[in-house]
Amino acid sequence: MYLLSLDWLLLLEKFVLILIIVFTSLGIALYTTFAERKVAAILQDRPGPNRAGPFGLLQPLADGVKMFTKEEIIPTHANKWLFILGPGLAMTASLMTCAVIPWAGTITLRGHQFPIQIADVNVGLLYIFAVVSMGVYGVMIGGWASNNKFSLMAALRAASQAISYELAMGLSLIALLFTTGDLSLGTIVKQQQGHWWNVVYQPLGCLIFFICAMAECNRTPFDLPEAENELNFGYHQEYSSMKLGFYLFAEYINMIMSSAVMASLYFGGYDIPFVDDAKLYAGSLGDWTALIQVGVLLTKVVMFIFLFMWIRWTIPRFRYDQLMNLGWKTLIPLALFNMVVTGAVVILKINHWHF
Amino acid sequence: MNLVEIAFWGLSSLAIISAIMVLISKNPVHSVLWLIAVFFAISGHYILLNAQFLAIVNLIVYAGAIMVLFLFVIMLMNLNKERDPQKNVWIKLAGAVSGGCLLMVLVSLVKQANEVNTKQVEMGIGHIGLIKTLGKVLFTDFVVPFEISSVLFLSAMVGAVVIGKKDSKLENN
Repeated sequence: MYLLSLDWLLLLEKFVLILIIVFTSLGIALYTTFAERKVAAILQDRPGPNRAGPFGLLQPLADGVKMFTKEEIIPTHANKWLFILGPGLAMTASLMTCAVIPWAGTITLRGHQFPIQIADVNVGLLYIFAVVSMGVYGVMIGGWASNNKFSLMAALRAASQAISYELAMGLSLIALLFTTGDLSLGTIVKQQQGHWWNVVYQPLGCLIFFICAMAECNRTPFDLPEAENELNFGYHQEYSSMKLGFYLFAEYINMIMSSAVMASLYFGGYDIPFVDDAKLYAGSLGDWTALIQVGVLLTKVVMFIFLFMWIRWTIPRFRYDQLMNLGWKTLIPLALFNMVVTGAVVILKINHWHF
Repeated sequence: MNLVEIAFWGLSSLAIISAIMVLISKNPVHSVLWLIAVFFAISGHYILLNAQFLAIVNLIVYAGAIMVLFLFVIMLMNLNKERDPQKNVWIKLAGAVSGGCLLMVLVSLVKQANEVNTKQVEMGIGHIGLIKTLGKVLFTDFVVPFEISSVLFLSAMVGAVVIGKKDSKLENN
């Protein structure tokens, strides 16, 4: 299997894995839009979408067909290339996170070890952080290229919001880093197997991370970039057809990815609760355990997504100054406090609890 | 040609082409975007040298933070061709001379660096840019310069707060 001295088997394995993971994420995102409308309907005491297919299950497909068949409009004075690049960038940045998430343990096939993770880079945590900071560009470029004052204002708002909340997010991750001592997501998940999940050691950090993730996804208490009562429609006002669809879809993929990251960092990742995974691997189930682990991780992700939606349909939007105050005057000091306390405890533990 | 060689040549050409595009594109926003592409290519080179930490930090700090601020400023100023200030010939000349000097220094540096002359990639071999090595070096051998640079950051932060603070006298009037 060596041609041009390339390891084609490895390339093929990774390519197939990337295809599977990306298309699964897209599929889940498709049904997350449906779930959002259903959850909203339940919370508001109405039936929700129930016309297309049994229980309205074909609704996302109908939405997709509608999006694709709408007329594409590019405003005359818009910057054409950047106008098209914006939604693409938003989508790419949100899908890039899935590269470092460990979806299950390792399976062995004909003596080959296949980890169900695209790349176990040893800076996984920082990689996520880098991708999150890339997410701003899609919104900023799209908003600017539309050549519309409202879009530009919304894009600037989105960027300043994302930058503000990235800081607190990074600080909460540093505290987690103190306790795990490793940046690789695969290792962090493995450490949690058979032990307490990290949320037990880092409850405050987990809460801060959750709030920041919500802000990064532009979900409702933090959806100021698309505040329609102040900014007409937000940064995607000039967009139509599937380009608008990309922006809306990227938000849902962001939500799935941040749920998966949160599950991996704080809630054991693919670890099956109350069960020793290693025993299952050694037992009669063998490598099929990996499938169960994927299911467990997806269950955790779905629970977080529900939490996101629950909050969205319960809490009204922040005012802009409230948003900035929460980010800079509450979350960052709290995260710093969390970091200092965690650092002190970790050093005490290394010194065997002597000062 | 193996995989890393293909990656090396691909990234090098991407870096050079994007760097040229930074200079020749008329629209400042396009320049910033091409600059981001340059940073991505250079991060790719860091990864080929097995310096993952440097690669990611390069992305977070330069592509993720500084370039966003660049975009902010450019978008708010809304520079376009008509209002682009016409540069003086002397400024252009001075720029060319100083740029040439910098290029000379860089070329001589590359020529002197015998260690890297024969090497293309250090995938899985090099360990200079790994987070453990870097942390140890920073907090043992270079701890004093490291702490002094943090004072520099603190002073910059204080300066930013002072500038950003509302002038209470102006508000009262």
